Amino acid sequence: MKTLIRCKDVTLGYENMTVLEHVSFELNEGDYLCVVGENGAGKSTLIKCLAGLKRPSEGQIEFSPTISRSDVGYLPQQTAIQRDFPASVREVVMSGCLNHSRLIPFYTKADRQRAAAHMEELGITDLAGRSYRELSGGQQQRVLLARALCASEKLLMLDEPVTGLDPIVTSEIYGIIREVNRKYGMTVIMVSHDVRTAVRSANKILHLKHTVQFFGSTEEYLASSTGREFLGGQRENA
Amino acid sequence: MLEMFTYPFILRAFVVGTLVSLCSALLGVNLVLKRYSMIGDGLSHVAFSAMAVATVMNWAPLWVAIPVVIAASYVLLRLGANDRLSGDSAIALLSTGALAVGIFIISMKSGINTDINNYMFGSVLAISRSDVTLSVVLSLAVLALYVLFYNKIFAVTFDEPFAKATGVRADFYNMLIAVLTAVTIVLGMRMIGALLISSLIIFPAMSSMRVFKCFRNVVICSAAISVVCFLAGLIISYECSTPTGASVVLINIAVFAVFCAVAFFRGRIALNGADSDK
Ligand SMILES: Nc1ncnc2c1ncn2[C@@H]1O[C@H](COP(=O)(O)OP(=O)(O)OP(=O)(O)O)[C@@H](O)[C@H]1O
Ligand SMILES: [Mg+2]
Repeated sequence: MKTLIRCKDVTLGYENMTVLEHVSFELNEGDYLCVVGENGAGKSTLIKCLAGLKRPSEGQIEFSPTISRSDVGYLPQQTAIQRDFPASVREVVMSGCLNHSRLIPFYTKADRQRAAAHMEELGITDLAGRSYRELSGGQQQRVLLARALCASEKLLMLDEPVTGLDPIVTSEIYGIIREVNRKYGMTVIMVSHDVRTAVRSANKILHLKHTVQFFGSTEEYLASSTGREFLGGQRENA
Repeated sequence: MLEMFTYPFILRAFVVGTLVSLCSALLGVNLVLKRYSMIGDGLSHVAFSAMAVATVMNWAPLWVAIPVVIAASYVLLRLGANDRLSGDSAIALLSTGALAVGIFIISMKSGINTDINNYMFGSVLAISRSDVTLSVVLSLAVLALYVLFYNKIFAVTFDEPFAKATGVRADFYNMLIAVLTAVTIVLGMRMIGALLISSLIIFPAMSSMRVFKCFRNVVICSAAISVVCFLAGLIISYECSTPTGASVVLINIAVFAVFCAVAFFRGRIALNGADSDK
């Protein structure tokens, strides 16, 4: 197993406020990492940094040379997309394919097939001609996930991919993510509040609260005091 | 009506104007969606002051204005990207500042009020024979680059963080949009006028966004609107001897009203259809 990402003593923050300190962890190829923690713990901040949208104020994030930016698929928690942007679902999903066709500026037939396959997978084929801005929140989320799948072959970063989705679609989406991880060996980094489902599919857990509370395999997490507390707390709330 | 095209200056205005209308309509869709509607205004004022300096110093106006405006355009898009200074106030600062500098410089040399007038309100006579080649080459280059990078420009306009995270060089494409916009503004402002050029960017995009909902159709429709409005404006300005810029903008306003009406009635029909289904 080869190391894909190595975070070394990373500190992250906004302006002069520190959000996360001394974050260190390593991910191997084919890992499924679930990032958990309370609201405001810094999960999205970490994902943004891994996605290259933010620089760490201290420490380093190293990617293995086998992977480049164009192997990354990304689904942000909140998108900057304007509400009145005229774009069809097909156009949005296709835009995920852009990082593959480096030399040719136009979409290839392979791109089109790839986009069609992912739209089918997420059950949005019949929405292809619809306008993105006129979809429901859950439908939009599925479109953005299809786009993220189009973009990546090796690494998928998802920030709360199932917020706003109904229970059936939620479990379908968890199924799809698990499948790309198991079948195609894609590395997955996912932020989720649904710890118990996450624990079932992920093999590594990163628990954040201003710093790393826990990092290790899922089994260790379930046995640890941090994990038991967090899972227990969830059960009481439920 | 056709005899107007026997005049060389009308022919020149026709060729350059059509090309510039196309460029501004295409870029306009992206600029409006990026919330940079007023960038045309700011840049044309910068171009105004650059041309004022060029006039006073006896330099070729286009050669001075284009690099200066490209630089200004890049600075504006950059300033808008960090959140300390919001995009519209940055544009307002630059636009009024540049205008003041331009007027100050041009007033140092007396007897060039016609120049101010031409730059501010535009003139068909502004395109000299020597400018035509440069204008045509530049606007064809803008069109070619836009078409070539259409998909990437869409991605960067639609969702810049995603584009960046997945390895699209967003900064490069932002820079490209800035350069293309700057060139288009400089080429168009002498005919349409510094005060009116930004309407060439805003109106076609806004009109087509009323009616169309997919990006490609919006772009195509706004290009068509822009060219048709320009031609109609040019003919009107010839027949009624009105200023070209103002005539073109008036036609654009009329088209915008028509498209708003179409969208409104389409909405009503859809509503009625839904009611009668019940
Ligand atoms: N753009 C920003 N500017 C300044 N502070 C920010 C910004 N975004 C987030 N923060 C702060 O950073 C901290 C961590 O935010 P982050 O979004 O990473 O939390 P999170 O773990 O993703 O929370 P949630 O579960 O609600 O998504 C919060 O205290 C928040 O106030
Ligand atoms: Mg978050």
